[in-house]
Amino acid sequence: MEAYIYDAVRTPRGRGKADGGLHDITPIQLATQVLEAIRDRSEIDTADVDDVILGCVSPVGEQGADIARVAVLNADYAQTVPGVQINRFCASGLEAVNMAAAKVYSGEAMFAIGGGVESMSRVPMASDGGAWAMDPAVAYKTYFAPQGIGADVIATKFGISRDDADAYAVESQKRAKQAWDEKRFAKSILPVRDVIGQVVLDHDEHMRPDATMQSLGSLKPSFAALGEDMPGFDTVALLRYPELEKVNHVHHAGNSSGIVDGAAAVLVGSKEMGEKYGLTPRARIKAMASIGSEPLIMLTGPEFVAGKLLSRAGMTTADIDLWELNEAFASVVLRYMQAMNLDHSKINVNGGAIAMGHPLGATGAMVLGTALDELERSGKGTALINLCVGAGMGTGIIIERV
Amino acid sequence: METIRFDIDADGIATLTIDVPGQSMNVIGPDFLADLDAAITRIASEDGIKGAVIASGKASGFMAGMDLKYFGSMLASADGERPAPAAIFDEVFTLNQMFRRLETCGKPVACAIEGTCVGGGFELALACHRRIVGDSPKTQLGLPEILIGLFPGGGGSQRLPRIMGVQASLMYMLQGKLFRPADAAMMKVVDEVVPQGSAVEKAREWVKANPNANTQPWDVKGFKVPGGAGGFNPGFVQTMAGAVPMTLKQTQRNMNAPIALLSAVYEGITLPMDRAIRIESKYFAKVAADPQASNMIRTLFVNKQAAERGARRPKDEPKAPTKKLAMLGAGMMGAGIATVAAQAGMDVVLFDRDQAYAEKGKAHVEAVLSKRIGRGMTPEKMAETLARVTPTTDYADLAGADFVIEAVFEDVSIKAEVTKQVEAVLGADTIFGSNTSTLPITKLANAWSKPENFIGVHFFSPVEKMPLVEIILGEKTGPAAIAKALDFVAQIKKTPIVVHDSRGFYTSRSFGTYVQEGAELVGEGVNPALIENAGKQLGMPTGPLAVSDEVSIELGVKIMTAAKKELGDAYAHQGSDDIMVKMVEAGRLGRKNGKGWYDYPEGAKKHLSPALGEMFPRADDQPGVEAVKERLLYRQLIECARCFEEGVLETPEDGDIGAIFGWGFAPYTGGPFSHMDTVGIAHVVEVLDRLTAAHGERFAPTRQLRDMAASGATFYQAAPVKAAA
Repeated sequence: MEAYIYDAVRTPRGRGKADGGLHDITPIQLATQVLEAIRDRSEIDTADVDDVILGCVSPVGEQGADIARVAVLNADYAQTVPGVQINRFCASGLEAVNMAAAKVYSGEAMFAIGGGVESMSRVPMASDGGAWAMDPAVAYKTYFAPQGIGADVIATKFGISRDDADAYAVESQKRAKQAWDEKRFAKSILPVRDVIGQVVLDHDEHMRPDATMQSLGSLKPSFAALGEDMPGFDTVALLRYPELEKVNHVHHAGNSSGIVDGAAAVLVGSKEMGEKYGLTPRARIKAMASIGSEPLIMLTGPEFVAGKLLSRAGMTTADIDLWELNEAFASVVLRYMQAMNLDHSKINVNGGAIAMGHPLGATGAMVLGTALDELERSGKGTALINLCVGAGMGTGIIIERV
Repeated sequence: METIRFDIDADGIATLTIDVPGQSMNVIGPDFLADLDAAITRIASEDGIKGAVIASGKASGFMAGMDLKYFGSMLASADGERPAPAAIFDEVFTLNQMFRRLETCGKPVACAIEGTCVGGGFELALACHRRIVGDSPKTQLGLPEILIGLFPGGGGSQRLPRIMGVQASLMYMLQGKLFRPADAAMMKVVDEVVPQGSAVEKAREWVKANPNANTQPWDVKGFKVPGGAGGFNPGFVQTMAGAVPMTLKQTQRNMNAPIALLSAVYEGITLPMDRAIRIESKYFAKVAADPQASNMIRTLFVNKQAAERGARRPKDEPKAPTKKLAMLGAGMMGAGIATVAAQAGMDVVLFDRDQAYAEKGKAHVEAVLSKRIGRGMTPEKMAETLARVTPTTDYADLAGADFVIEAVFEDVSIKAEVTKQVEAVLGADTIFGSNTSTLPITKLANAWSKPENFIGVHFFSPVEKMPLVEIILGEKTGPAAIAKALDFVAQIKKTPIVVHDSRGFYTSRSFGTYVQEGAELVGEGVNPALIENAGKQLGMPTGPLAVSDEVSIELGVKIMTAAKKELGDAYAHQGSDDIMVKMVEAGRLGRKNGKGWYDYPEGAKKHLSPALGEMFPRADDQPGVEAVKERLLYRQLIECARCFEEGVLETPEDGDIGAIFGWGFAPYTGGPFSHMDTVGIAHVVEVLDRLTAAHGERFAPTRQLRDMAASGATFYQAAPVKAAA
């Protein structure tokens, strides 16, 4: 059995602050609206949906208690449709799609929806705690350090300078603006509406298209104090990477992914289901994979999962027309480009999370949709979509147009 | 009951007066535990008893921690005997349960603290319903267990955070920091500070006035840890997440106890007290089952104190405290020695060849003292101390001095000249000490007519801060000189070791190998950052290159050149010699000229110099950090073992104390000899053989090491403490 992508939809991303466009929209509303759109755009009978899988990274409070099942009920899906919330940190949205695809591949599902939701303005990052950071025995044993330290270690270890990172960020902003100006995301964007039906947000509002090397140059590194002073996570980094004299703290708010609110959903199904509803598959899912990598540096998983994907699919880098890697931090993408020997013109061509933001649980499904739109727009064939993941992981997918 | 006097007054208030016989300070031993157990049973069961006061019968203070002899029997020993954690758990949990029975005995219990109250004694106090402290500037309270490789195991790790909040309590427990009474009261660790001597009376009054105050706050329903705790409390999560890196900054990954303490607090803080103390005891047992704690206790506590009390002092020599010190040379070392001597109440004649130098030396004394104003130093005391220091250029002013320390330029003939001049004034019966760090004592002693009265007194810089003095015996040094030098060290409250003459003695010689191996590694093209981090990971205070810059590469080359000149063909050439020479020839002398292994840009942090990459091209194959650590460690170990075999060291105690307090050798090991005993001499020989094959003869194991490996002997077993010669 093969799995196909029939549709992908996402909300615009609202600034993840009290003044953000989606701050007064609850996360269950965001999830509900994307599920309604997926159903309505393809005009499917939801009784044919065998599972809804939503990624969410802080599944507590408003996002707690299996938000996927509750969103299914709230979106008026058939009550036979189950829902499950998953957490693979930053790749949760893509992992949800991969699981949906696996269910279709295995015959467990005919239609399955993968996606994700995160209202970072309402449920702050790290609200769910966790043993990794706070259990001293575990943090000690596994060399815990926050993600930003890992991103800075990548920059240090692989010779990525502050200027390199800033230049990458400026380009991301430029590309995102061009993409919006040319309405390249139009097919996927679902404006978010309030309780009386008014549109509250119809565009990614985190973007700073006027960013320059100069304006970014004035920003202070975000992780220097955490690393060098209190509580001094650089010590942990150097214990793990004793070949470094010190950690070069290059990342700041302007060359790291933005904190935003948003949701996304992707409809995956079998060939038969597409035929039943007269839907044209937009892409075939060729390979899915996740992998673990060294947890302190944390964010180098993509190059390894890319290797795993290519070998599973029997492909080489030359077979991939379009690359997409979540812009968690500039160094993550720059290192990936080094490792995979990629030209910047082939990756993240419409910008990424540095410009538009990274709603943790949803981003994976969003970048998949972005790549799918771009394949169709540019007439290209295959894309490898990939995210770095907390605690040292990578999750990716290869899709090809049908 | 031998250790506790149990009195009941007319109001039915029991007073438990702790007075452990045969001990200058109350300590917790098996007898005390049995007596306390019986006393708690009485308090709980006798209707006539309305409440209790716990106090000390000793003027020395309330109580210290465990009796280390008793405790030692519980811990893993250094030479391989490892008790099962479960066995240790049974013992420590018994103590924990006893304190728990005290706080749940149903009657109010107040603790009357006069004087020192630390470790287990303080944990006993924490298990009382009220803590009342007699005010005294000398009184200290708290939980310093971490300093000897342990953590509070008598409920302290559970009660202190429940009293003062998790973060604040960790700041104290992780650093072993003690409270003064006023601070303790401010942080609610004690309930009342009362005039000195009145604590028992106030405690009785409190018990009488509060017949129902028999419950600890944590046993009241709805109790909340101050500041909050548990996985849903953001402040707690942040404290816990930050505590690990802060701990690693201090200890790298070498110490068991701090992480175990954090786990005990993390896991125990949200539990009922009965379960919390069980968690604490489990982590305590885990730490105590590792030889690390016993090694640290033996060297940092037991043997250090023994050395300070004169373990190496010739027993028959009469006490010979110095009254007037002739301090020759007013440079950095001389001025430093003058400072500590004057502070110890001695008159000091500070001699230099130029009055301006001598005055500058005295100005140093003044500068050091003035920094302490407000911290135990008053302007009056400072003036008094300064008045004891007389700067001079006139040998005649030395008259009346009963001890001489020479710290002039490191040159045999200059020193000989000064020595003779001093003898002309004081006569050769006076004891003469030389603070040389490199020149052979036996040779310098030739300048003093009675070489039996000549001795090496090697201080470390800065003298005011460094705790060690290395006493060096020349071939003819006699017992009177040893006694005089050791009495002097005791007067200035430093820790002595006694060693025999050798090039670089014990500390400089062994420490030198750490720097030399660092240079060897650079020469091989090993990444300098890796070398530096490996040194730090090993538990050394700084990387070998950083410390080499501090002491100056040039100085190393000078010492080496002098040794070469003197020894001729007998000099054993080291690969590091060439590397150091190359550095000096390139003008890279060390920190002093802003260019060494590091560059020292003005107004910015130092960094490893890119010049190293040009001078010593980076090898394609880089070793792992463990391999670098091993070389830096074993290079020191083998040098220490040679010192032992050659008789430079008489005892492993001197070797361990000297290493830790002299050059900062990884304190968690208890010193190089404890470390070798712990990993096993056979293992040491095996590693050295492997390193010799890979890197050369400098690692070759000695005959004695091979013999020990064959016989299964250890340094501490093989070497009964000999009296000083």
